[in-house]
Order: sequence, then structure tokens, then C-alpha cells
Amino acid sequence: MSSLSRDEVAHVAMLARIQLSDEELDKLAGQLDQIVGYVGQVNEIAADDVPPMSHPLPLVNVTRPDEVRPSLTQEQALANAPASDLGRFEVPRILDED
Amino acid sequence: MTDIIHTSAADLADALAAKQLSSVEVTQAHLDRIAAVDGAVHAFLHVDAEGALATARAIDDRRAAGETLPALAGVPIAVKDVVATQGLPTTAGSKILQGWIPPYDATLVTRLKAAGMPILGKTNMDEFAMGSSTEHSAYGPTHNPWDLERIPGGSGGGSSAAVAAFEAPLAIGTDTGGSIRQPAAVTGTVGTKPTYGGVSRFGLIALASSLDQAGPCTRSVLDAALLHELIGGHDPMDSTSIDAPVPPVVEAARRGDVKGLRVGVITEVSGKGFQAGVRARFTESLDLLAELGAEIVEVSCPSFEKGLAAYYLILPSEASSNLAKFDAMRYGLRVGPEGVVAPSAEQVMAATRDAGFGDEVKRRIILGTYALSSGYYDAYYGQAQKVRTLIARDFAAAFEQVDVLVTPTAPTTAFKLGEKLDDPMAMYLNDVATIPANLAGVPGISIPNGLADEDGLPSGLQILAPATRDERLYQVGGALERALEAQWGAPLWTKAPRLEESR
Repeated sequence: MSSLSRDEVAHVAMLARIQLSDEELDKLAGQLDQIVGYVGQVNEIAADDVPPMSHPLPLVNVTRPDEVRPSLTQEQALANAPASDLGRFEVPRILDED
Repeated sequence: MTDIIHTSAADLADALAAKQLSSVEVTQAHLDRIAAVDGAVHAFLHVDAEGALATARAIDDRRAAGETLPALAGVPIAVKDVVATQGLPTTAGSKILQGWIPPYDATLVTRLKAAGMPILGKTNMDEFAMGSSTEHSAYGPTHNPWDLERIPGGSGGGSSAAVAAFEAPLAIGTDTGGSIRQPAAVTGTVGTKPTYGGVSRFGLIALASSLDQAGPCTRSVLDAALLHELIGGHDPMDSTSIDAPVPPVVEAARRGDVKGLRVGVITEVSGKGFQAGVRARFTESLDLLAELGAEIVEVSCPSFEKGLAAYYLILPSEASSNLAKFDAMRYGLRVGPEGVVAPSAEQVMAATRDAGFGDEVKRRIILGTYALSSGYYDAYYGQAQKVRTLIARDFAAAFEQVDVLVTPTAPTTAFKLGEKLDDPMAMYLNDVATIPANLAGVPGISIPNGLADEDGLPSGLQILAPATRDERLYQVGGALERALEAQWGAPLWTKAPRLEESR
């Protein structure tokens, strides 16, 4: 383990929806392999009986009252949109044409 | 009072309350300073002279009308660009958010406004707070006021440099692995990361939600306490906000007494391998604490040695998830892939994220996506979470023996711009002393503790306290600051070279 090939970087970049150029892939693959090698040392700790910690605070089920409260107007919500139409976000097609 | 910009926030607040100064004068003095030096320092991404002066005028009017105002009313402040400010551009140092104008305020900004504090502008930072030098800002690096060829720390180098260059008496930072404390150390300023949950995260553009915490950047311990008290406290808009009063930080800063306090030195972060001048100042600070009546105890936190590795799995994992929202659909940049007619949403998304994110952001998103991906989850993210548990246990055991822990804040003084830019691992090592606090959620402060002999640049001392006992940072920091300044004869910033003013 602790090694990351150029193909794997390309695959993960696709999963993360980042279209990398060939030059970027060449550069990032080497750096990421080095970083993955370093962070892999977390496996040097025998921790089978150690519970995982996801969060510093022991909080559970923090809720708020289920009440209507002020929120953004439609105009505010759309103000930063790359494109909008008829009071809605306008997005590129989501289906293939064939 | 002849020199507004060199005055502490506490003294400015007193002068404003006594009507010796107006907020317009104070705000204008800082705006003039920004105009004169920010071309060279580049601490600001956006300056809001008009808005700041309008707030200042309103506060002066209310004071003239005899209103009782909050302690820091009229004292201007700079805000890190990762914090949403309604009507003011907020980019988090990224091209993907260029031109984004938040339609709402972060809770901490709401509190600054309610306290009548003019907001001078938004400060530069590493893109999405990923970095230790501000060199990963899409808008160019910030320069360290002590030496313009050196880094001001990161990710909050804009906030630390603004305060160090007297462009603002106070600034807001955020700290995910050291982004308030390390910039403070390398610019000779003070910075606090409060207990996780101590300051609301509502309106912070999230990097790693279980690690992020906002806090004060200042030139004195008391100023940090005053700002901490103002922005801290429960917020129902943040489900991880602690529902308890803010610890008595201001009182502790003013008291500044360490007699009988047990101060722990962590074997694993005691300065081995750190720059000689940083180590020397650390040892002297320990001697000074002992002279002031503290008991110095050595404690071991063996799991800290795996802290950096665990952090660079947990942070990228959370970041890859948080940054998935930059999808070119509802706000932010949208670009189409080259040479594709009628591209799909997915193609637009992938092309936009390639064009809008910088190298470091891409590295971490890919690393995090990999660590969370099927087949690798247990070995990377899962194992890192267990290391996190062990680090929290190390802190718990240490705090049974001591009241606070101390370390050098950063392994070196400010390094040269460009020196580590293409070596991500070397850059990551800057955070080795500050990261454990974020993993465990405990509070930490960095205060200036001298200049390294070999380069004449500032070094910092980090103080760590148990969760929710933030007042101890200020109690120890206040005592040490007073004793150090008595030795130096003046605050450390008086030794900083004068910046050339251009007009």
C-alpha cells in the first residue's frame, strides 16, 4: 500500500469532478504519491481496540425548533448564479442527447 | 495620543470612550496606512473605505448623543476573506469565488457590526485556507512586514500581516491546523484558536468542519481577549456551538499570573529539530515562566508524532466533501470545456473545478477523495480517526498533570517566498506543533517571544489549555507578555523595520 499511480490519480480526479490536463496529472501524481506515502504511517499504530473520533465535542442530536424563520429571498438566492431564468437556476443539460 | 496606528485596540477603545479620538479619525488613519503600505504588503484583497467610514460616523454620532456603547465600538477591524460579509466580496482566496457577494453575514460578523466596529476590508489567505504561507492565494501572496521577501505565515497571512503592518489594530482569522497561530508566530503578533465550538462557524466557508475555528489576530494578549469575548459564545445557527458562557478571558489577560501554575513541556514537541533561534527563545520563555512562579513539568504525548499524518488525511477528506458544493451551478465560476458543443453539466463542473481551483486545493481534494474511496477508507480515513482518539487521550492524560502545555508555535521563523512552494510535504511540516490542538479541539494561543539570533525574525510561543478553559491561555500569555516586554523595554513590534510609505 501507500503508493498512488498516475492512473489512480486520474480516476480519483474524475470522481472528484476535476478535469486535469496531462501536465497537471504528471505533476500531481508524483506529489500525491509522496504525500500518500507519508500519511500511510497512521497504519503504524496498533489501534484495533481504539474507537474512531470524528469530532472534538460529545454532542448528539442538536436540533432547533421546527419553526418558519427569515431566509434568503429568491432574488438574493439567485443574485450570484452563473445563469438564471424565470426565477430559477439555469444549468447545462444533465442528460446525454442520444 | 499622536500615533493612532501604533496604539492597541484596548487603548483606542479607551480614547474613543473618553472622546479624545473619534472613530472616523481612527478608521481614516488605518485606511491611510493601508493606502501607503498595502501595495508592498498585500494583506488585503478588498478594502471597504466607504463602508468602514460610514460605520465610524454612525458610532461617533451615537457616542455624541450620549449612548452607552460596547467596549470596542468604533475600533476598526479586518476580516479574513473566508468569512461571509454581506455586500462585500468574499473569495476565500480562490478564483472559483471571484466576484461572489454573500447575501448574508457570518454570525461573528453580525457581532462585529452589532458592536459598532468598522470593517476595513477582507484579508488575503491561502486558497480555501489550505497552506502555511499565503502563496496559495489565487490573488498573489502577502508579504511579511518584517521582511517583504518572506512569507507572513498561512493560511491567515493577510490578517497577521495587516495587524503587524499597523494596517488594522485587530483582525479575524480562522485556524484549522494552525492558520491563526503560525502566522502570528512568524509576524511577531498574537493569535488565538479558541476551543472548538467556542466561536460560531456559521458563515465561515468550511475547510474541515470538525477542525475549523475562528479567532482573534492582534498585537497584544489583552486585545485578543477583548475580541475573543466579543465573537465567542453560543450561536443556534451552528449546531457545534458550545452552549455555555464565554470563559473569563479578559479578566484572565488583565490578571496575568502564573504563580503555582503547572506548565507542561511536551517531550515530542519540545523543539528538537526546530531552528536554533526558535529553540533558544523557547528555552528562555520556560525559564521566565519558572521565575514568575510556574512549575515546569515534562509530559509525554507519544501519539502527537502521528498527528501530522492523521491531519493530512482528516483535513483533505472533510475538505473534499465540503468543496463539492463548488459545482458551477448556483454561484461562483462557470466555464465550459474547450471545444465541446453543448457540454453537459458534469463536463462544465469538471472544467470549472479545473479552472477555478489552484494546485494545492486540487491536491487535497484528490487526496481526500482517495482516502474516502471504497477499499481505502479503513486504511486511511478510519485509521486517522483512531489516531485522533489517541491524540485526544494524550491531551487528557497531560492535563491531569499540568494546567497548560507550551511548545514553540512553528519550527522556523518566516521562510523566503517561493522556498517551499513546490514541496508540499515541506510546507505541511510547518504545522507540526499546532495541529494536535485542532484534532482534539483544545484552545491555543501564540504570543511573540523574541527574535531568532540567526535571522532577527520573530518566533512564537504556543500555549495550550484544556477544552473550554480558554482563560488559561490569556492568564499565562498575559503574564509572559508583561515579563518579556519588561525585559525588552517595549513590545516586540517596536523592533520591526519601518515600512516605506508610498502615496
